[in-house]
Amino acid sequence: MNLVHRALPLPAARARGGRWLSRALAKLDVLGAWLLALLWIAPLAFACWAAFHTPQATLAFDWRAPWSGANFVTAWQAAPWPRYFANTVLLVLSILAGQLVVCTLAAFAFARFHFPGKDAVFALVLIQLFVLPEILIVENYRIIVRLGLFDTILGVGMPYMASAFAIFLLRQAFRQVPRELEDAARIEGCGWFGVLWRVYVPAVRPVYLAYALVSVSSHWNNFLWPLVVTNSAATRPITVGLSLFGAPENGVDISVISAGTLLTTAPLLIGFLIFQRQFIQAFLRSGIR
Amino acid sequence: MTTMIRNRQAMYGWMLLCPALVLLSLFAFVPTVSTVWDSMFSHRMPLRPDVFVGLRNYRGLFSDPTFWQVLHNNLLYCAVTIPLSIVLALVMALWADSKLAGRALVRLAYFTPTMLPMIAAANLWLYFYTPGLGLLDRIGHLFGAAPVNWLGQPQTALWAVMVVTIWKEAGFFMIFYLAALQSIAPELREAALIEGASRWYFTRRVVLPLLMPTTLFVLVNALINSVSLIDHLFILTKGGPDNASKLLLYWIWETAFAYFDESTAAAATVLVLAALAIVAAVQFAFVERRTHFQ
Repeated sequence: MNLVHRALPLPAARARGGRWLSRALAKLDVLGAWLLALLWIAPLAFACWAAFHTPQATLAFDWRAPWSGANFVTAWQAAPWPRYFANTVLLVLSILAGQLVVCTLAAFAFARFHFPGKDAVFALVLIQLFVLPEILIVENYRIIVRLGLFDTILGVGMPYMASAFAIFLLRQAFRQVPRELEDAARIEGCGWFGVLWRVYVPAVRPVYLAYALVSVSSHWNNFLWPLVVTNSAATRPITVGLSLFGAPENGVDISVISAGTLLTTAPLLIGFLIFQRQFIQAFLRSGIR
Repeated sequence: MTTMIRNRQAMYGWMLLCPALVLLSLFAFVPTVSTVWDSMFSHRMPLRPDVFVGLRNYRGLFSDPTFWQVLHNNLLYCAVTIPLSIVLALVMALWADSKLAGRALVRLAYFTPTMLPMIAAANLWLYFYTPGLGLLDRIGHLFGAAPVNWLGQPQTALWAVMVVTIWKEAGFFMIFYLAALQSIAPELREAALIEGASRWYFTRRVVLPLLMPTTLFVLVNALINSVSLIDHLFILTKGGPDNASKLLLYWIWETAFAYFDESTAAAATVLVLAALAIVAAVQFAFVERRTHFQ
């Protein structure tokens, strides 16, 4: 609503007829917001429509063409989707589990322990915010091969388990936890692990939830690294499967591609629609630094 | 006694850091160093040892016209997609934060592309770009325009890829602006309105300056993404036609995994790493100054 006011000089808006004008502008403002929203949802909306129609009807834009689910059947039979789904779920959960353990321990050390060299190591860790595993695909591929993890789900997930972002986020959160809680736990006889498990982890539960949602959705969508280190249907995640399925050499038509695309993105999209508020809150929370 | 406690603290601290440091070393530190190292050795051949060649791989890189074209593509890609998606994100956030009718739906529409994998997004857009039959040409046809092979000709391929990137990124960056907007104290707006400031004046003089740190954060993310997020190229153009839409990381991937020229790939990766290091340095300098002010 603030943007349209740029269009006219300040005094004019306030002068005679200002009220009428500003009401018209507010209408235009709403119109603009809705037009952009329509434009933004259009590709997905068209894919939905195309997925339920024959390619002939789709390409001819025949709005009266009958709806049918045949494309979904064709798409479903064209690739081992259940296997790909299982691989993605396993991948995403193992990355998350690894991240939660590894990054919690590191963040706790950075937040509450004092030892020489801590700041230097923290700065080193932050480098990974910029140097993502994708940038180093050639070397990382070599390391995964040398570890004997080529074409395994662990090999796909391992480079992401020590996430600098998670360490940073959890360290910030741990530092906000009042010291008194820790002292009380210590008097009760807790060791450092007890303090971490009983005081710090429960205290920052919302941060964990936020990070988990961001991590799951971003690794569900990851493509380049899995493409490089997987080589069989037994390990391939859904994104790589989708790219093979939609490749022009496969000769599948636009309606079947749309159906396949919707099919494979449905779990995440439906999850997003149901937990919309939490998802957006999660992104908001993890974005604030 | 205190030294004993201090030693114990240090020991526990390092123990806790251990798993993270091992993994980061394996997949970030060691690969970075060995990329630099590899970029100075000759192409690995079976039965022949690696030979130190100094900067020869870099000289080869700089004399390769494809490298310059890919670099040019990537710079253009950054220069177009980053400002556009940031401005769009800001506009979306201002709309999603206002008292608009159906605000929740509008926000949902803006954010949904973010939830799709880039591969899926590219599949959807492929349909739009189909020459003659795709939606874009259908609309063009209504206005009497000739069909265009958007992805198949060098003049338009990179631009068609950029549109998909902007579509995918703007909604993601909107979220960060939305967070920042919601953290602005409502008293500021009330005070400004009492003083007689117009909404636009308030936005320009109060809101936008307060959004500067968010803009910096978004900018850094956009820069990193414009180098590392190339998934859509695999579907839309495969870098073609004639390298017209090839970006650096795609070219590195191709050089290493299709042409098996790992030395050239390593040299190109080092240049990407250097660019990212500059981004990092600039960001830390800015953040430092910001905390200094507070």
